Amino acid sequence: MSPVDGPGIFNPNLPVDRAVTEGRVPPRAEEQIPELHEVDCPAALRDQFEALMARYPDRKSASIPALWLVQQQYGWCTPEGIRQAAAVMRVTPAYLESVASFYDLLHTSPVGAHRIEVCTNISCWMRGGDELLDAFKAAADGDDENFFVTGFECLGACDIAPMASIDQRYYGPLEAAEAGVAIEQLRAGAEVLPDKDQAKRPLAGDTPIPGAGS
Amino acid sequence: MAHELETRILLDHAEDPALATLDGYKRLAGGYSTLERAYKEMEQDEVLKELEDSGLRGRGGAGFSMGKKASFLPRGEMAKYLCCNADESEPGAFKDRELMQRNPHQLIEGIAIAALAADAGHAFIFIRGEYSTQADILDRAVAEAYEAGYLGTNILGCHRDLELVVHRGAGAYICGEETALLDALEGKRGNPRLKPPFPAVQGLYGGPTLINNVETLSNVPRIVAKGADWFKGFGTEQSPGTKVVSVSGGVRRPGNYEVELGIPTRDLIYGLAGGPDPGHEIKAFYPGGSSSPVLTAEEGMDLPYSFEAMAAAGSMLGSGSIIVADDRVSIPHMALRTARFYHHESCGKCTPCREGTNWTVKMLERVVRGEATPMDLDIISSVQQNIMGHCLCVLGDSMAMPVSAMVNKFRPEFERVIANAGAPLGQEEILPILQGVSS
Repeated sequence: MSPVDGPGIFNPNLPVDRAVTEGRVPPRAEEQIPELHEVDCPAALRDQFEALMARYPDRKSASIPALWLVQQQYGWCTPEGIRQAAAVMRVTPAYLESVASFYDLLHTSPVGAHRIEVCTNISCWMRGGDELLDAFKAAADGDDENFFVTGFECLGACDIAPMASIDQRYYGPLEAAEAGVAIEQLRAGAEVLPDKDQAKRPLAGDTPIPGAGS
Repeated sequence: MAHELETRILLDHAEDPALATLDGYKRLAGGYSTLERAYKEMEQDEVLKELEDSGLRGRGGAGFSMGKKASFLPRGEMAKYLCCNADESEPGAFKDRELMQRNPHQLIEGIAIAALAADAGHAFIFIRGEYSTQADILDRAVAEAYEAGYLGTNILGCHRDLELVVHRGAGAYICGEETALLDALEGKRGNPRLKPPFPAVQGLYGGPTLINNVETLSNVPRIVAKGADWFKGFGTEQSPGTKVVSVSGGVRRPGNYEVELGIPTRDLIYGLAGGPDPGHEIKAFYPGGSSSPVLTAEEGMDLPYSFEAMAAAGSMLGSGSIIVADDRVSIPHMALRTARFYHHESCGKCTPCREGTNWTVKMLERVVRGEATPMDLDIISSVQQNIMGHCLCVLGDSMAMPVSAMVNKFRPEFERVIANAGAPLGQEEILPILQGVSS
């Protein structure tokens, strides 16, 4: 499922304090909002933006999901994509750009098709996260079009340290040598490191303690 | 199958992948029967009273009584909201990931019952953007719950509405702070707000809002089903119940273990997580995520793992995430790693945090490069003192507490690292303290 087609909807029977949700609107902000005919927004994309806005009491709440959608559509949060979202959402492009630039997973400059985030925080660092990041960088070197490799703050998977998030799925614990394997599998369009998929792991308490012999 | 030290209540049947489906949840755990009873037979005050009596403390970090928090919401006809904080981003914490992945319906049922207690009509699960797999699982589970009539309009014919939206964040630690979470949910940059007013009075869209962690809300169905007294039968007097504890770092079997609060910390680290690799000793550990002051092994290993015991030892239980550092870990480097995280994640709104985290990183970098003097350690400590309590939220404090604990408790090691910069631990030569900047 993509980030944007989940269930849930705003219930109009329930009241919302409009005065608070709108906040202060800067003067002339209205003039900076592009009109729909000025942007070339595909109809399907527009429908998705509107479906997102319908999930919240206030349309602005759809900012982050809408930016996810722009990123999914264009590979990164392109100025044109942001303008399209802004035109449908009736906010200024500058507002959406300010939101996009705040969050680490939203990219405001071009990135490779496959996104690889390697955790380098405390637990992963102790177990070789820095070396893993270097190995991914070396394996993907010179192929910026296909790969975006970056160190990342704690991804919440210290149990499989050192680990990496590859196209939004978690893999670990990884040996530095497996970085090259993963890159080759991505190039070949094959399943990535099937044995290291976090989603397939049993509960830690149901596994033997390594080296304990029991 | 589970180890005798574990008490699996939230993770009961979690080894069975079927638990993540509506049918499995109903079959294995008697799912949604509590929701049915609460909606059909119970009044708001009864649910609230059960939660207050249980003494359930928030599992997100602060440890505040969940029932009390819910009771702070004003009564009357107005839009009220419930937010489930699933932005688990604290280094060392990964328990909510496990709970959402393995038992999403338990959380949804908990949210629906808590919404009854808070009289909320809209609920949101704010999940961190990185947890894509778990968000997909939640999306599917929420869709199933809508389909079965446990969410939506006129739930089970009881004339109550509850809409639940899974909202994905996009990567920012600060959004785990409750007021920053509200800003992010309103579609803004995730900056914390000034408190008071607290979210219980003026939160999301200006309405009263109850914000609870995933694990806290996951506890709700069983408390309401089995009663406060049953719940208080686990754990200690001030820390009732069980806790899913994430253990990671220098242990042989890192993972999530659900235990009764108050068990010896040694049982968690050695008994369940397997202790350090053979031939190594544990030097120190963070008892409650990276923002808790580190405890040395001598200080902390034999303490009961409870909110009160960790607070008495000068640290905190926090989110219940133990990061173990064995004798191969250089504490100054670990302090730098910790400080870099908070520097990166500081939203920049408050000066003490924005500048304090920045300069702490620069000073610690000087320490590990050997360009610092012992006086710099005093300056690092004083900077931490000047961050604490001086910002809108506790992100700055979250760096200040562990860093100052490390500088204070491991000062000789810091001085040794300054003197022997660059040399691996154990192979240092004795060098003059001032090495010059050229290296």
